Amino acid sequence: MNSAPLMAIRGLEVTFGTSRVVHGIDLDIAAGEALGVVGESGCGKSVTWLAALGLLPGMAATSGSVRFQGQELCNAPRATLENVRGRRIAMIFQDPSSCLNPVRRVGPQLVEAVTLHTNLRGDEAKTEVLRLMELVGIPDRAARFNLYPHEFSGGQSQRLMIAMALAGRPDILVADEPTTALDATIQAQILDLLGRLRRETGMALIFISHDLGAVSQVCDRIAVMYAGRVVETGAVTEIFAHPRHPYTVGLLNSIPRLDGGQDDLLTIPGAVPDPSHLPPGCAFAARCARADETCATAIPPLRGDGAAVACWHAALPNPSLREAALA
Amino acid sequence: MSPIIEANNVSRTYAGHGGLFRPKSYVRAVEDVSLSVEQGETLAVIGESGSGKSTLGQVLLGLAPASAGDVRFRDAALSPAGSRQWREQRAEMQLIYQDPLAALDPRLTIAEQIREPLDIHQIGTPEERAQRVDEVARDVGLQPVHLSRRPHELSGGQRQRAVIARAMASKPVLLVCDEPVSALDVSIQAQVINTFRRLQRMSGVAMVFISHDLKVVRNIAHRVAVMYLGRIVEEAPADVIFANPQHPYTKALVSSVPIPGKPLGDRVILQGEPPNPAARPSGCAFHPRCPVAVAQCRTSVPELHSNAEHRRVACHLVAEVRGAAA
Ligand SMILES: Nc1ncnc2c1ncn2[C@@H]1O[C@H](COP(=O)(O)OP(=O)(O)OP(=O)(O)O)[C@@H](O)[C@H]1O
Ligand SMILES: Nc1ncnc2c1ncn2[C@@H]1O[C@H](COP(=O)(O)OP(=O)(O)OP(=O)(O)O)[C@@H](O)[C@H]1O
Ligand SMILES: [Mg+2]
Ligand SMILES: [Mg+2]
Repeated sequence: MNSAPLMAIRGLEVTFGTSRVVHGIDLDIAAGEALGVVGESGCGKSVTWLAALGLLPGMAATSGSVRFQGQELCNAPRATLENVRGRRIAMIFQDPSSCLNPVRRVGPQLVEAVTLHTNLRGDEAKTEVLRLMELVGIPDRAARFNLYPHEFSGGQSQRLMIAMALAGRPDILVADEPTTALDATIQAQILDLLGRLRRETGMALIFISHDLGAVSQVCDRIAVMYAGRVVETGAVTEIFAHPRHPYTVGLLNSIPRLDGGQDDLLTIPGAVPDPSHLPPGCAFAARCARADETCATAIPPLRGDGAAVACWHAALPNPSLREAALA
Repeated sequence: MSPIIEANNVSRTYAGHGGLFRPKSYVRAVEDVSLSVEQGETLAVIGESGSGKSTLGQVLLGLAPASAGDVRFRDAALSPAGSRQWREQRAEMQLIYQDPLAALDPRLTIAEQIREPLDIHQIGTPEERAQRVDEVARDVGLQPVHLSRRPHELSGGQRQRAVIARAMASKPVLLVCDEPVSALDVSIQAQVINTFRRLQRMSGVAMVFISHDLKVVRNIAHRVAVMYLGRIVEEAPADVIFANPQHPYTKALVSSVPIPGKPLGDRVILQGEPPNPAARPSGCAFHPRCPVAVAQCRTSVPELHSNAEHRRVACHLVAEVRGAAA
């Protein structure tokens, strides 16, 4: 990447009271790219992005730097954040009910979002809402403009939420587990929609999920998180073909395959540590077959350019890539 | 060999709320379902939310009475829930739910909870019960130190193993598992799936494994039944159904599973809304979303026909292909 990233996160840390749950995140987001954020429950996927957008409750202490188009967002004044949120960066959540007001008709709610984030007013705003409803694939949108949220199915509510997020024509859409609550066939529709929207609007997409399959469908790049840190990043195809961090290897091995047989699944022994009570060295060391004394005492930094890994004993990168770099 | 559990044309209907001015509606949660599971076998039940999977599981255990049809457990009719005979039958069949934390009592130690069913059903002497707790805890891969802990002191995977140990303590011959690994992270999920498989190999327990995760089902089930709005639309051995689904709904379901490392590609994406059980379409319930539906599908309900490869399919078009080939 030669041009400056759209968003640059450096050393982002989040602490709730006395417990630190995000331990220094470094990530760059390029314009128009789709980054998947994966990792097990509690590893800090949601908190990282809530912190980056200044959406955490007051008791949370955030430090580090989050620069969006050169502007600092970390602990920025409220006016700055409100100017960026919704317009330049929008976020959607797993639960549609957290975003739509249940006692108001859907159309007017969307018009309000459009009015808030753009210069469109009146009929123009309504036309824009109908365009957004069409964009996210709500059938019969004119008739549905005046329905209440509960009159839409789960998949449609998720579409409405995406429409709402698109109201300000954001440069980045952060989608936090947007399909987890949906049935398989509806999930496939939403993943398809997200991929299409990104191609059509050129916005960047941050797709947070624990489903590595879903992530591979819509993302170019993955960041694997473990216990509050990014432990590996790289292109989707590279990470699946040549995972380098032992945790990434374990994660990929433990997913059963649809075209697989019925042998025992390979497992990662042990369990995820509590992110607020981490060992002094690598947080994965206790579960890792490659761990030695170094791992027990020193935290491995995230090293590499584009493709990076935080492990003292990382597998070598894809040999063909290395040769290409040397040639 | 006779099956452990057998359902013959069972249905279960719930009365909907109805409104002040609306007539009472009926949800046919399970309709005309027949199935059987043998010793040492795992039958998976898959299908979308609201397709009746959990209701079917409860009917099989006698927790919810069938409104039509009958369930037979080890060659005997299932006795009415609450009766003495039913309690005896229940000791031999156990249910495992999705959420291990909700299934465990926060105040009791793991050993006490595993022992509970033995106390309830008065199985063995106190010494024998203690011995059985140690044995079954070891079988599921819990360590002795875990036994004196309380649920919140265990990891998610350890908790679900405690739930499994409790279910297995009374040596059941049938285990109904309703989304047993859905709440678990993938690395923990793999541990628990392996535990199920090992237990089945050791004890020969028959399992009904309800899940919406097709990848998990592929790994653990011998046979798979696909439900759509209360009916089984296809049933076949696991290796057959995933490699070569025949019902258009099964095809869409299999095709909708995202494969790690693979981009979207040209997979079939099913259009249309998820089904609404309170407004069941006429004819084949899948016809409004079906890419190949014909006029007949709107009017007549396709029967579940058996064909080769131990497969059953309920689709007019698949039946036609079969008829033409014969
Ligand atoms: N408001 C809060 N107060 C205290 N701790 C919190 C709060 N929100 C999150 N945490 C803790 O921060 C850690 C990271 O949480 P986060 O929600 O980011 O996890 P996640 O990776 O998104 O997990 P999941 O996959 O379950 O959504 C967890 O240990 C969580 O318990
Ligand atoms: N106790 C009940 N009273 C009324 N309706 C019910 C009851 N239990 C289930 N239903 C309805 O019966 C239908 C089937 O529900 P069921 O819980 O069996 O589906 P499921 O396949 O297990 O779905 P999920 O995947 O969401 O768990 C649904 O329409 C549901 O709303
Ligand atoms: Mg989260
Ligand atoms: Mg259910």
